[in-house]
Amino acid sequence: MTLRHVFAGLMLGLVMVFALPSMAQSKELEGADLDRYQGMINQLRCLVCQNQTIADSNAPLAQDLREQVRTQIQSGRSDAEIIEYVTARYGDFVLYRPPFKRSTWLLWVGPFALLLGALAIAVSLMRRGRQRREATAVDPDRLRKLLDEESR
Amino acid sequence: MIPELGHFALLAALAVALIQVIVPVVGVLRARPRWMEVAVSGAQAQLLLIVAAYLCLTWSFVTRDWSVAYVAANSHSQLPLMYRISAVWGAHEGSMLLWVLMLAGWGGAVSVFSRRLPRDVLALTLSVLGAISVGFLLFILLTSNPFDRNFPVPTDGRDLNPLLQDPGLVIHPPLLYMGYVGFSVAFAFALAALISGRMDAAWTRWTRPWTTTAWLFLTMGITLGSWWAYNELGWGGWWFWDPVENASFMPWLVGTALIHSLAVTEKRGVLKSWTLLLAILAFSLSLLGTFLVRSGVLVSVHAFATDPARGVFILGFLCAVLGVAFLLYAWRAPSLVNDAEISLMSREGLLLLNNVFLVVAAAAVLIGTLYPLVVDAFKLGKISVGPPYFNAVFLPLAAPLGVIVGLASVIGWKRGQRGELVRRLRWPLLVAVLTSLALPWILHRQTQVAAIGGSLLAVWVMVATLEGIWHRLRNRDNRWRGLLQIPRGVWGMSLAHFALGVWILGVTFVSLYSIERDVRLGPGDSVELSGYTYSLIDVQGYAGPNYDADRARVEVSHDGKVVAELSPEKRRYRAQGSVMTEAAVDHTPFRDLYVALAESLEGGDWALRIYYKPMMRLVWLGGVLMALGGILAVSDRRYRLERAAQRSAVHAAEAVA
Repeated sequence: MTLRHVFAGLMLGLVMVFALPSMAQSKELEGADLDRYQGMINQLRCLVCQNQTIADSNAPLAQDLREQVRTQIQSGRSDAEIIEYVTARYGDFVLYRPPFKRSTWLLWVGPFALLLGALAIAVSLMRRGRQRREATAVDPDRLRKLLDEESR
Repeated sequence: MIPELGHFALLAALAVALIQVIVPVVGVLRARPRWMEVAVSGAQAQLLLIVAAYLCLTWSFVTRDWSVAYVAANSHSQLPLMYRISAVWGAHEGSMLLWVLMLAGWGGAVSVFSRRLPRDVLALTLSVLGAISVGFLLFILLTSNPFDRNFPVPTDGRDLNPLLQDPGLVIHPPLLYMGYVGFSVAFAFALAALISGRMDAAWTRWTRPWTTTAWLFLTMGITLGSWWAYNELGWGGWWFWDPVENASFMPWLVGTALIHSLAVTEKRGVLKSWTLLLAILAFSLSLLGTFLVRSGVLVSVHAFATDPARGVFILGFLCAVLGVAFLLYAWRAPSLVNDAEISLMSREGLLLLNNVFLVVAAAAVLIGTLYPLVVDAFKLGKISVGPPYFNAVFLPLAAPLGVIVGLASVIGWKRGQRGELVRRLRWPLLVAVLTSLALPWILHRQTQVAAIGGSLLAVWVMVATLEGIWHRLRNRDNRWRGLLQIPRGVWGMSLAHFALGVWILGVTFVSLYSIERDVRLGPGDSVELSGYTYSLIDVQGYAGPNYDADRARVEVSHDGKVVAELSPEKRRYRAQGSVMTEAAVDHTPFRDLYVALAESLEGGDWALRIYYKPMMRLVWLGGVLMALGGILAVSDRRYRLERAAQRSAVHAAEAVA
């Protein structure tokens, strides 16, 4: 039974692996740097785990990546530079926030385009109802009320 | 012998399900009441057979029958009884059996509680449920039989995944499946309405309690899952936007939309075809979730190819069910006429907007969950879509819902008056603004825009909901008696909306003001976090039933007084040698203190992870209250009246006969 089977076997449970990450020596970072470090390790993916951030993983690779992030922050690199550095080494897969590019524009724009489309349909639905009401000049609600009273 | 009986019961259930699909439909086509009646007895016989199969598998687990491959793979001689019983649904084959058990349970319930339905509608509904059952029974029997034997018989089992050895396993999956699978009833009602061409106010009245019941189970299931993950996984998160979680969240969002559109359809006779579409969509997403989780595509697109039988079967079944449902919809729905208009300044107009946002939010979750698979399948590279994406996209789509809840709880059906809206909502708005400006500052001595925004939304929802109740009492001489006269449906709705406010408040504060710290402590050392002092007293080993553990004692004090003693553990499960953390939590309604034991360091020191999480409990309280609201709504008098009328009708019929 491979690890994959274990996971495939767990429907709708939350799938995470084993123990807590080893302690990063992030005590050396303070204040804004510590916040940046926490933010950064919480959006990088542990490449060898089942869907975990490097903040949550104990795998050697995650420890190594955390270490790299800390060194980069200490050497004064900006967040953008650090992200460039890790994607150059590991590809977009390492980023939990996918970059906006040709293969991902639909991912970022899609939901909002859908919202606009759905709102347009809803508004036209409300308009159409009003036009029909003007055309028929029979108040369907009054009609229903009359019918209801009759059937009572 | 017992496993063979279980296997046989499943085969018999399949045969019964086939009869339940075919005979009633023929009966409807030929107008033969006796044939239609077969649907009822079929649904009940099928339930009995699947219960029998389920009990057989449970028996094999309880008696540690390692000759059954599934039992050997997911149990162990030292596994406590509670987990041996719940290990039935601890992996693939058994959870599929739980799936069909739930499906048969819902079918049985429909056959018992819906006798007042027109005979042909009931027959068609149960026939559709039977068809779904046929698909899943075939799936189990052909690709995932839990009763397969194991030769040679191993001397011991390989143990249940230690991650699952938690009380959460006992209740979370059954509740979740109840909800997930429960949307099949609304789906079957929708298909029956499309086939028979009848969709009237009576149809919505039948469908509403079933949908609300499924929804409240799903709400409880998701809430419990979140609580379980928080306690068991050991890093203080309560929602990870993991694809497996999304698979249950999407039907929840669409199911919530369905509950609201059913209300509109019943009250105003509009949005009929939209309501049917939502009923189909909610269950489609349940099926899609089953496919995603069961086929292995979530782990990787390539995992799908290594074990194709299961994935291909579910995919084929999914396409067949959805294909039939949507074709039927495309063919029949245009004939459903809406006979009234919808104005934006009315409750139905706002509920339509609510539906737009809920469904688009569900679509966003779907896009985010499937996108990496699609990109990978088209060889466009490998990407990850995780919490930063979902938070960025989901929040703007979901936040307007809070605004709408407040407005819609005050505005009337048909045509609301703008003046009345302003008059009734100015006080709630004022209260919300003042509270949200003050609350973050009072609680945390520092404020930020997001905290004000979140609190504003939360308090707005709560106060506007209370105003809705108050408005019903305003002209009463005796307000207490007035309270008793409010229908339970209204109480249920108000409670669920208030719960949404509670939930938003919890999410806002726990997301913005949580503090986490990794520390290194030796026995006797202490560290301060957010005004609380954590002292490690000692770490001692002990032996559990099937694991060995290190247990730390951590004393937490605040203002010089001890407020809690926490015992986080690190366990090594003997059978598989895997290590699990058991976090320890002390909670009040306003804050959680959370300590997890990470690892032992040199010199007797330990690495610990400590969290301060404000208002964490409100997140789950919100979920629980929402589900309670659902229970109240389902217990409304008019549904009971309907059942009473139905009983007396049956008695009268019997008397005549």
